[in-house]
Amino acid sequence: MTQETYRRPAAGIHPPYRVDAYKSTPSRSPSEKLVVLPHSLSEITGPLLAHEPLDALENDLTRQRTGPPLGERIIVHGRVLDEDGRAVPDALVEIWQCNAAGRYHHPGDQHDAPLDPNFYGGGRARADAEGRYAFTTIKPGAYPWGNHHNAWRPAHIHFSLFGPAFATRLITQMYFPDDPLLALDPIYNSVPDVAARKRLQAAFDIEGTRPNFALGYRFDIVLRGRNATPLDDEHA
Amino acid sequence: MPDGLTPSQTIGPFYWGTLVKAYEADLAPPGVAGERIALALTLHDVNGAVIPDGMFEIWQANSHGRYAHPEDRRNLPLDADFDGFGRASTDTAGVARFTTVRPGRVPWPEGGMQAPHINISIFARGVLNRLATRLYFEGDPALPEDPVLKLIEPGRRATLLAKPDASGVWQLPIHIGGARETVFFDC
Repeated sequence: MTQETYRRPAAGIHPPYRVDAYKSTPSRSPSEKLVVLPHSLSEITGPLLAHEPLDALENDLTRQRTGPPLGERIIVHGRVLDEDGRAVPDALVEIWQCNAAGRYHHPGDQHDAPLDPNFYGGGRARADAEGRYAFTTIKPGAYPWGNHHNAWRPAHIHFSLFGPAFATRLITQMYFPDDPLLALDPIYNSVPDVAARKRLQAAFDIEGTRPNFALGYRFDIVLRGRNATPLDDEHA
Repeated sequence: MPDGLTPSQTIGPFYWGTLVKAYEADLAPPGVAGERIALALTLHDVNGAVIPDGMFEIWQANSHGRYAHPEDRRNLPLDADFDGFGRASTDTAGVARFTTVRPGRVPWPEGGMQAPHINISIFARGVLNRLATRLYFEGDPALPEDPVLKLIEPGRRATLLAKPDASGVWQLPIHIGGARETVFFDC
């Protein structure tokens, strides 16, 4: 039995576990080398959540409460692809973010910035057959954190994707182009490869901008590609 | 034209309420075939302190050993109400609890069968990349022939073995580092 498997990420794309500039990592990173696991059914299957029901407004974070949230309305859209440029159809995309003032609707966030009763900051979308997804939201604010003196997180939106397999699970963060805080952020800069790091920045997108409504940003997400094997069903 | 992989970033501390509310930690409603089991996964940092802001996801085959996924084309029963996925965050004691069914065995690409296991993803503030590990069941007669356990040096295999407590709950402490560091996989 030969199965298709997923390609191993090239060196430098994902952050190492330990990045001393990000002060939470030394106590939360393994020291032993990871054990390389050949791909069995356990790794090439994974939750598709194909039957997970999504409400109509889950991808519009500006219409989930009683009134419109404060802040700059934006549209974040893009495609979920694999490394070979193939669409990941029907992918579930989960996002969460702070409000325009830089505060999460979360009891653990004690930043002295106002909560917005009209913004909870969570959303989900189902990509279409071409992997296209879109959210309407507000631009998140920057916020301070305790990592080092005068540390501020650049504005970001958290993204969670499953892809087709346990091996393709990805949680990441989307940033905004040319944010001056990016150069100072140890989480963004934990990605060793500069080109890979820049892929975490969305692109301003006039085509995705809706006139008289909201600026558009495009953020394509690329999950692991497959190694073709000579015993694919198509060739067997 | 190949596209570049999107890098991983930490889940951060403030995912709760968005990610966790949507999914059940109880995977097996009445009617799903198999032996009901309860799992308690405890997350520790390298100093042994519990991690109260972590998130676990589990992925497993059903009691017949079949994954609810199109890549698993074997002629084994699927349970309509069991997709094999669960998600839960840790509590103030660092514990995440799941109820599910004991998974059946699934094959190994080079032949033979794997011992029953549950695939685990771990996310937390300070964890920049998903940590992947497995839960096996202590005392399972298939453990000695499991091809994945054989990839691990013998002294570390026990870090993947859950043990039943007095009430039958399968307990698995997961240590991100330190003297009892859990085995994590590049999968």
